[in-house]
Amino acid sequence: MTNLSIIDKLKRSKILDLLQEGKRIDGRALDESRPLVIDTGVIPHANGSARARLGDTEIVSGIKVQPDRPFPDMGDKGIFMCTAEILPLAHPSAETGPPQPPVIELARVVDRGIRESGMIDLSQFVLEKDKAVIGLFADCVVTDHDGNLFDACSYAAVAAIITSTVPKWEMKDDKPTLIEDQESPTPITTIPVSVTMGRIGEFIIVDPNLDEWECLDARITITTNSDGNIVALQKGGDDGFSVEQLVKCSELSIVSGKKIREIIKQATEGTQ
Amino acid sequence: MGGREANVVLLDENGIRSDGRKVNETRKVTIKAGVLKNAGGSAYIEFGGNKILAGVFGPRDVHPKHMSNPDTGILRVRYHMEPFSVDERKKPAPSRREIEISKVITEALTPAVILEKFPRTAIDVYLEVLQADGGTRCAALAAASVALADAGIPMRDLVSACAAGKAADAIILDVNNEEDQAGQADMPIGYMPNLGKITLLQLDGVLTTDEFKKCIELGLEGCKQVYEIQKSALREKYFSSGDNN
Repeated sequence: MTNLSIIDKLKRSKILDLLQEGKRIDGRALDESRPLVIDTGVIPHANGSARARLGDTEIVSGIKVQPDRPFPDMGDKGIFMCTAEILPLAHPSAETGPPQPPVIELARVVDRGIRESGMIDLSQFVLEKDKAVIGLFADCVVTDHDGNLFDACSYAAVAAIITSTVPKWEMKDDKPTLIEDQESPTPITTIPVSVTMGRIGEFIIVDPNLDEWECLDARITITTNSDGNIVALQKGGDDGFSVEQLVKCSELSIVSGKKIREIIKQATEGTQ
Repeated sequence: MGGREANVVLLDENGIRSDGRKVNETRKVTIKAGVLKNAGGSAYIEFGGNKILAGVFGPRDVHPKHMSNPDTGILRVRYHMEPFSVDERKKPAPSRREIEISKVITEALTPAVILEKFPRTAIDVYLEVLQADGGTRCAALAAASVALADAGIPMRDLVSACAAGKAADAIILDVNNEEDQAGQADMPIGYMPNLGKITLLQLDGVLTTDEFKKCIELGLEGCKQVYEIQKSALREKYFSSGDNN
């Protein structure tokens, strides 16, 4: 942690002092996520959408569904893709221009969690094998940045996917043709929930806010599915974890994931 | 799961894998330290079918200058695959995958390198994948540590690496390309054996918490084996036959 600014160093020592007493800088318990509020259907022009607020981090995710060509080695499956972008209005440090490595990592980790869980049954997205399939694109934009974008983007994308609908296409003259007013709910098999934890000194904290995020020694994002199995994982940050710390994190991710899955379920109930 | 099909036999009735290995066996790993003339330190690793070159430059001036830090040196890693390293030609420009892997390898190496000794400088690590065969990030990370040590850069430990995973419902060590494509989970691990610290960890695929623990246990065994090979590569260069160019 030698690459911190003076302010960050002071913050870190304050945060560490509080942790010694079992407290966090915003008053939460160590294993407590910030309040999560999800609104769905916020972008009527999209095929599904959600706004997720995790504390003061805010994400808008919109789903677009459209016919596409399948990947060459996956002609019997539709396409799923998830992206993430930090908008320049989200934070003074955010810049326009091509995405930097941290943003590329963010998008890939959010995508991987959802993809590896098999959340969407992509085998139902085939219009003609090897030729035409349906693609579902979940694009997330960060509108306000207060740390832990990984989880906030994932919650917004997952909620948007659950509430999304798929228009009907049929092959006519070798081309996918839209059949009006025949939308069906997106086929969902499980609800993946991403939980990010940080390590500061010997302490593991769930859902770090931006003050905490900037002085983490290391972080780990663990995504679990509805059965409580781990489906994806990513360690980040300039230091490591011991085996015991990792086992603790895996347990925390399941307990915390369960609570968040309930919030997502409630927010998306009956919306499809 | 993303394009995974079970049309290859990943594990036969005798518990032997598609490439003839047992479940808890790594592929053959050979490392040679000091293979490049111009680099400050270098290493070449063959990890199964993976062939990877690592070269280290620095500590040296930082360009662009604004990246330099008056309190510490910085470590920069570029992981790159040659267009001919995979079945279908890969476009030469860095892909998003390569940018992410460069980032996780940087973060896996940083805790090992004593960067505070070199303020306002950069240490650049270049990792070139000449041939890829599943598990390139682990192989590249293992080679990078040896190259850094070969460059004489002070380190707290070598970072060793090996993946564990799941295929045909069995927990397996050192996932190969076939098992990565058709298997159920792949979990690359980077580990500093002397400090007991895991510095690289990723996973895609489904694991129960018990399987996760088993994967870590098995993966660390693999890391320790690779660690011995890393050390002997350095010993080979610096302590054998008096020939140390």
